[in-house]
Amino acid sequence: MQVLRVSDDRAIAMVDGVEREIGTALVPDVQPGEYVIVHAGFAIQKLSAQEAQETLSMLQLLSEEPLEPR
Amino acid sequence: MKNIPFISAFRDPAPVRGLVARIHEQAKPLAKATFMEVCGTHTMSLYRHGIRSLLPKHVKMLSGPGCPVCVTPHAYLDRAIALSRQPGFVITTFGDMMRVPGSTSSLQRERAKGADIRVVYSTLDAVDMAEREPNRSFVFLGVGFETTSPTIAAAVVSAQHRGIKNFFIASAAKRVAPALDVIVQDERLQLDGLLCPGHVSAILGTSVYEPLANDHGVPCVIAGFEALDVLQGISMLLEQVVDRQAKVQNAYRRAVEPQGNRVALALLDRVFEPVDSTWRGLGSLPASGLRLRSAFRDFDADRFEVEVEPTREPRGCACGDILRGILTPFECKLFGTVCTPDSPQGACMVSSEGTCAAAFRYGQTPAPTS
Repeated sequence: MQVLRVSDDRAIAMVDGVEREIGTALVPDVQPGEYVIVHAGFAIQKLSAQEAQETLSMLQLLSEEPLEPR
Repeated sequence: MKNIPFISAFRDPAPVRGLVARIHEQAKPLAKATFMEVCGTHTMSLYRHGIRSLLPKHVKMLSGPGCPVCVTPHAYLDRAIALSRQPGFVITTFGDMMRVPGSTSSLQRERAKGADIRVVYSTLDAVDMAEREPNRSFVFLGVGFETTSPTIAAAVVSAQHRGIKNFFIASAAKRVAPALDVIVQDERLQLDGLLCPGHVSAILGTSVYEPLANDHGVPCVIAGFEALDVLQGISMLLEQVVDRQAKVQNAYRRAVEPQGNRVALALLDRVFEPVDSTWRGLGSLPASGLRLRSAFRDFDADRFEVEVEPTREPRGCACGDILRGILTPFECKLFGTVCTPDSPQGACMVSSEGTCAAAFRYGQTPAPTS
């Protein structure tokens, strides 16, 4: 979910075009525009776009490369 | 705002095909590989994406105890039902608990009979309700692993901060590590590795699995929930097995930091302390549950004395063995006939993270357990 607005210990986040209120007590430094994992109505962790891209690039390579003989 | 492909890219068919081919190649030198997906959300993902059918026949995925509703014993639910029958009491709960059968009733049935039982989206909703209706006692059913328990802790702190005196927690919060410790030592399973939960790990970090790898020699890989995530996790587990290694690896780096979520962990530790706890299927495990610390006793629903009916387990339900990975849903004689999502006999058929619910919904024949 992407965080749109933050106020005190709650925020409005958007997923699939729907706005929902979420608790931010567990990720207090979250900023509008950042992506978070939401569980049971709370942001529990930020998602790292950079790590996501790196994982995808690595998987792309892995899925194309043959295994090295052992 | 730039659209970040957090979900769609991790379902892309091209790399999925590549990874599946790689997994088949990796598994060739092995006689067998048996892994357990610990988390109910992984179970659902494996079924939904049809991943078992893509794996080599001798690579088996067993479903584990990672569905919090499923491992919550009958006695807890019976007590919640008894509380809901008390005048002036309101039960608040996540939706998954509503249809779980207790010994003779369910929360859904009690609500139909007039009990005030409300489904909430988050613990904050439950606190807000209590604040609006100060003359009633609100008991929140605190069921969940370390992904959920920090949100319960946050609610307790919020209630304290706001001076709310009519909000109580009936804690059935569970800790993942003690259950995994039992599972990896179960000789019936002969596990070669654990696919470790993504969101629990976002809170706990990676170190919680180290005793499993270091002391019990079981490879552990933390994975996300999309098709590519799960396949990546399985591929990394196979690599460890082939290399005869046992270590903790993180395949869900976009969400899991090695140290976890420190704010959440601090909050959890401030509000809760470990306590012995009973799991369906696993029995009583030391320090495997969480109860409110004495500083927060005022919020503990254990203070309410209420008569609870004697526990009666459903006859023939294999939920306990299914939670341990010893049986698959298809080996339960109630599955799909007496026990369906419309008329569930056990919790595993109710919860959106339950193994039986996933197996019923997506209906694939799983790898046999023996």
